[in-house]
Amino acid sequence: MADPEIKSYALHHESQSAAVTESRPAKAVLMIVTFAFLGIFLLLPLIVVFNEAFAKGLSAYTEALTNPDTRSAIHLTLLVAAISVPLNIVFGVSAAWAIAKFEFKGKAFLTTLIDLPFSVSPVISGLVYVLLFGAQGLLGAWLKAHGIVILFAVPGIVLATIFVTFPFVARELIPLMQEQGNGDEEAALSLGANGWQAFWYVTLPNVKWGLLYGVLLCNARAMGEFGAVSVVSGHIRGLTNTMPLHVEILYNEYNAAAAFAVASLLAGLALVTLVLKTLLEMRYGAEIAATRGH
Amino acid sequence: MEVRVANVRKEFERFPALHDVSLDIKSGELIALLGPSGSGKTTLLRLIAGLERPTKGKIFFGEEDASQKSIQERNVGFVFQHYALFRHMTVADNIGFGLKVRHGASRPSAQEIRRRASELLDLVQLSGLEKRYPAQLSGGQRQRVALARAMAIEPAVLLLDEPFGALDAQVRRELRRWLRDIHDATGHTTVFVTHDQEEALELADRVVVMSQGSIEQVGTADEIYDTPNSPFVYGFIGESSALPVKVEDGQVWIADRPIGLSAPQAPRGEATLFFRPHDVDLVDECNGCIAGTVAASRRVAGTRRVELEIGGERQRVEIELPVDHPAAQKTRVAFRPRRWKLFPAA
Repeated sequence: MADPEIKSYALHHESQSAAVTESRPAKAVLMIVTFAFLGIFLLLPLIVVFNEAFAKGLSAYTEALTNPDTRSAIHLTLLVAAISVPLNIVFGVSAAWAIAKFEFKGKAFLTTLIDLPFSVSPVISGLVYVLLFGAQGLLGAWLKAHGIVILFAVPGIVLATIFVTFPFVARELIPLMQEQGNGDEEAALSLGANGWQAFWYVTLPNVKWGLLYGVLLCNARAMGEFGAVSVVSGHIRGLTNTMPLHVEILYNEYNAAAAFAVASLLAGLALVTLVLKTLLEMRYGAEIAATRGH
Repeated sequence: MEVRVANVRKEFERFPALHDVSLDIKSGELIALLGPSGSGKTTLLRLIAGLERPTKGKIFFGEEDASQKSIQERNVGFVFQHYALFRHMTVADNIGFGLKVRHGASRPSAQEIRRRASELLDLVQLSGLEKRYPAQLSGGQRQRVALARAMAIEPAVLLLDEPFGALDAQVRRELRRWLRDIHDATGHTTVFVTHDQEEALELADRVVVMSQGSIEQVGTADEIYDTPNSPFVYGFIGESSALPVKVEDGQVWIADRPIGLSAPQAPRGEATLFFRPHDVDLVDECNGCIAGTVAASRRVAGTRRVELEIGGERQRVEIELPVDHPAAQKTRVAFRPRRWKLFPAA
């Protein structure tokens, strides 16, 4: 199916015609601009982060990371990610399935709605929860009467994180599933598989790489989210501070070394995500291209 | 397994795709659903499979009403137009899939599934390709794997949607013969959809010609070709020429001249005369014939197609002559159809 296409694709890229090949100076300028941009805006800050983190030596670095408040922040961040990422997978797969495989009214609206967290400032996302669950909020009185605490506590942070991250998996899967259509599922059903078997043996393997991409990106965002979480967290040290919030607090206290030490963990997470993504692409490039069908 | 389609109607969002279609398929028969795109042939196939539910009417498998049964319960082998092979599974896993997803006692052991898969690969002449992935196969090979996969579940009926549509002409002809052999060897009741009349007429025991959501004619290749029962079938199957004529006094007339064809049964009035371009007699003396001026002459493989302008209204009609026939050099040609049919003008 995709095999000859991959070859022709590669061929096409190797032997570019003279007409679309830029002159040497133009090539040089384009490359310099690209690399300069990447260097100044991406690489340099990254170096600064690690440089500052180790500015006071390795012992200061480890001390900053073993501080109880820092450890609690790391713990909370991992917990939030551990809750929101699986929920996101469930939501993302269901939403993508519904949009790609069924026809129903309001489908376009749903597709747009999924993009909402991308188009709305994270601060607003946080404020929405304050308006909903806050003491003066819509559900505030009821929640208080039943002794349920959402705002300025872990549930609020989880909710805000889910809100800002929920497009990631769905957005990755929708175009993929739409492109693949229903053919494989119909084939599985005609061979006697039930719906669950068709999903497990056929649909899921067909989208696994897209799903993994989505999960990686979703995880990175869940751990790194600042704005929305900042509004609903209440910044209680050792209780409702996630890593990004903790970085801000430390920095505002002029504890730059500790702030950057925690920041270096977040930067490290970004790097690991990137490396994983690249490794996946290198190792399974052909297969990913094949399941994507182009 | 006998399949009976009884007065089936299918609508997609109010748009009728099939109107009141009935069809009896005998056990062990190889049937072609033939028609242009939009004729409803694929819809009928999918209804038989259970991939769609009829809006009205019933479908029987043997004596049993299968209309409300799911595709899993119907136990049909369906070969999809683009094969729909599972790309992340090897050829052997693809073929064994239908056995693997069975429940409880009906599921064979992994070893038995492997054995069945390689048996079927032998049948479709692809032994040794068990470990390949679909992407590593040619189009013709994928087609064979798809068929083997469908046959692995020992289906009651084998359904194929445009089985050769995506293949080039050479492979197509080969696979056609091969499918016929497999059918004769296994005896499955088989229905396939095609828009290629040559394929349908050559391969099928009976051909179902469809147009605009209805069945136009059902018959053997000979019946369909020699005695088409509607203008559509005449035009769709093989080459045909049509001329507007008039029926009066049991004779066929063009303008004010009888053309030497008597039609005592035909109703009086306007009609259309259909005949095959190659099924004509040339005549020298025209007392009762169709005569026309040669407008164009084309060489088509072993014959020559001559386009004639007939009568004052300059109706164009095509006849076929042997390449070396002297008439091809003339400017006026007279002929009489050997076999023909009249349909009242719509």
